[in-house]
Amino acid sequence: MAPPRNRRPGFSRRAQYGLFFSYVVAALCVVAAIVLLALSRINPPAFTALRSGVAELTAPVSGGIAAAVRAVASVPDGIGHYFGVKRENARLRAQLAHDHELLMRARMLSYDNHRLKHLLELRDRSTETVAAARLISSSATSTRRFALLNAGLRQGVRGGQPVSGPHGVIGRVLEAGPDTARVMLLIDPESAVPVRRTRDGVPAIASGRGDTLLEVRPVSLVDKPFKIGDVLLSSGTGGLYPPDIPVARVVKLTRDGALAMPFEQPDTLDYAIVQRAFFRAPPPPAPPAP
Amino acid sequence: MTEAPPERFARSAPRWQRIGVPIASVLLGSLVTIVPVIATGPVLPPLGLMVLLGWRLLRPELFPVWAAAPFGLFDDLVSGQPMGSAVLLWTVAFFAIELFDTRLVWRDFLQDWLIAAGAMAFVLIGGRLIASPIAAHVDTMLLVQILVSVMLFPLVARVVAWLDRKRGRA
Repeated sequence: MAPPRNRRPGFSRRAQYGLFFSYVVAALCVVAAIVLLALSRINPPAFTALRSGVAELTAPVSGGIAAAVRAVASVPDGIGHYFGVKRENARLRAQLAHDHELLMRARMLSYDNHRLKHLLELRDRSTETVAAARLISSSATSTRRFALLNAGLRQGVRGGQPVSGPHGVIGRVLEAGPDTARVMLLIDPESAVPVRRTRDGVPAIASGRGDTLLEVRPVSLVDKPFKIGDVLLSSGTGGLYPPDIPVARVVKLTRDGALAMPFEQPDTLDYAIVQRAFFRAPPPPAPPAP
Repeated sequence: MTEAPPERFARSAPRWQRIGVPIASVLLGSLVTIVPVIATGPVLPPLGLMVLLGWRLLRPELFPVWAAAPFGLFDDLVSGQPMGSAVLLWTVAFFAIELFDTRLVWRDFLQDWLIAAGAMAFVLIGGRLIASPIAAHVDTMLLVQILVSVMLFPLVARVVAWLDRKRGRA
């Protein structure tokens, strides 16, 4: 291909200055970008308004496509259900009878638990559901793992609230716009959830790695190593996530902890539930007196 | 099949269409992140950047160097990267392409493809370093993403060339 002519301004002073000016503007843009980066590092929610403004516009598109996909995906399901319903019925009846005994025992345990807690005067904070909405899109080109939730300030969603799905914790709300909110998923490389093992209640921190797994590190150096298959529940420490929501199952052991697979694989087909933060966030520290 | 030769004295396309089609195509490329998929890794190619590179390499006179900055700003708004990351990286990549323009004067699509591959790898790796901590386990997926983007670039370049024909004559 012949070299393009328009980039060489020739003898025209005006064209030469124009080209030079465009370089100056670009250099200024680079400086501005560095300032922007520094700002977003120091104060991450600085650009919430801009980002959520765009998200407000894109959310209906994502939501519409997701709804269409759901509609198509539900057709084979519907047919399958129609034919499978009789067999399902018999199976469920058998299961019901089997589970009845278990239920009775669980009820008694629950009652006992309630009574004992009352004796100890422990007070469980209720965790109200703020909103139920779908995750509609995600940061699929980036190495960060964010998702967009189809509910925002108008539905009562605020930054810092935990988000969970039918199988367990999904993540937490980073920033909320009028009708959308940005959710940081569990697997984001900067996410961390305090957890405890169901087996013996040993506390640990489950932090995201950026891939599909979580890295689990015990909080204290006890020689009670993890086992493959250990189930981790949120511990409620830190006051953000309510306690006893399933988080992950240990799949691999490492030198100083374990790797765990989250129970919840977020999907646009399922609802996510936003809950109130377990404890209110502490007030921001007072600015130091000059 | 050959296209009919353009009419010699046909009316030129309106200016907003000549410049609007490239701008809209880049912005639409950036909006690839609104597909309703909850990804567990960087699985989508950076389509906004690819379309922008396609235009830049096909029509060097179309965008000034600084045009990468506003496009990058829009990409940052929808991509989940920290604000300013694409502004910085895209503009630096444009400066580098400008340099290649003065050094590598006679060139073919193969060289353009190489330049685009280098630019995409630079932007994706730079974005990973800016956005995620060094310890994050995202590098394998990042390599796959870079490979996929490089392999997809000729297709994007074809689409850009098609848009270039469709946006009307100057």
